[in-house]
Amino acid sequence: MAQILSPLPGTFYRSSSPDTPPFKADGDDVTAGDVIGLIEVMKSFHEVKAEISGKNIRFAADNEDPVMAGAPLADID
Amino acid sequence: MAIKVITPGLATSVQDLGRPGYYHVGIPEGGGMDRFATRIANLLVGNEPGAAILEATFMGPELEFTAPAVVAVTGGELPPKVNGEERPTWESFAVKAGDRLSFGYLKSGARAYIAVSGGIDVPVVLGSRSTYMLGALGGFEGRVLKAGDEIPVGTGTGKPGRSLPTDLRGGVSGAIELRMLPGIYWHRITEAAGKRFFEDTWKVAPEADRIGYRFRGGTPLEFVAREQPFGAGSDPSNIVDACYPYGSVQVPSGTEPIVLHRDAVSGGGYMMLGVVISADMDRIAQLQPHTPARFVPVTLDEALTARAERRAALAKAEDTLTA
Repeated sequence: MAQILSPLPGTFYRSSSPDTPPFKADGDDVTAGDVIGLIEVMKSFHEVKAEISGKNIRFAADNEDPVMAGAPLADID
Repeated sequence: MAIKVITPGLATSVQDLGRPGYYHVGIPEGGGMDRFATRIANLLVGNEPGAAILEATFMGPELEFTAPAVVAVTGGELPPKVNGEERPTWESFAVKAGDRLSFGYLKSGARAYIAVSGGIDVPVVLGSRSTYMLGALGGFEGRVLKAGDEIPVGTGTGKPGRSLPTDLRGGVSGAIELRMLPGIYWHRITEAAGKRFFEDTWKVAPEADRIGYRFRGGTPLEFVAREQPFGAGSDPSNIVDACYPYGSVQVPSGTEPIVLHRDAVSGGGYMMLGVVISADMDRIAQLQPHTPARFVPVTLDEALTARAERRAALAKAEDTLTA
């Protein structure tokens, strides 16, 4: 199992805008480089990418959650 | 000697102690947002306190050195690593030609100050090497660092192993209270609104940056009814344009207070409730998004006492390093 951590403090978003589906749904497979969410800070949005490939992503942070740098965003197998 | 930027971090820029003297023509003082950390980082590596450093916000860059140097990292706890091996903060350490400096996740605070012996040697613009990003002025090409940049560094004489004792580092701990001196527009809000403003807990908004720190989550202000003055906008928070001091707290439409910081705009048409005192400006620089904070009213005498205490703490820290 591996964790995807937030590189930055800010607000976590699971989709690119309120009316688009999330980048990943719980249970999806993940390929290294896939965007799994966005962190908003200082008036800009930063993509969070998976560094490794894995299966069955499970999100630990909800949409619009405040997160710290290093906070777990999701687990993958 | 140069530093190659492998990855730039989020918003890493060259800063020093700023360019005072041009605010009246709209160019802010700028410089390192946390002045204490900027000065100490320089002294740890044997530089003058006002030499140019790198200010990294929320996330560190990855840098490669083309020649040996001495480096120190102060401010927020952003753990430095040399070739992947962790180094202490608030303590100078040596790097060799080809070494890579990277950083772990930010543990506390918001901004780290990376000083290199010899100082960052970009051209002096209007008396300072600091970068004013909004005006594309000074620093390295007037902007934040990008991958592939080569940042020139001067020749220095720093020694590794020099550190500032923990009790002299200051730092943010416990509940955040920002001391504020109410100002000349205070009469624009009702007495009840003024009371609530100081009682409420506000949270740092993710938009907070070098220009201003925005807060949200408190009760919207209630304004005293008035006849719109000639030259002021129609919103009750509007005034006839005025100068904006550093630290001034404007509340557009009465909803989200913004504390102007080092890259402040110099004037505009929003009333200001007052100013955060100079002694607490470094503390604001180290607030992460979503951090709860309260504003606490102080008198001018209390503000001046706090300033004197802050200066004494800085002098004590500087004496320790220059003795």
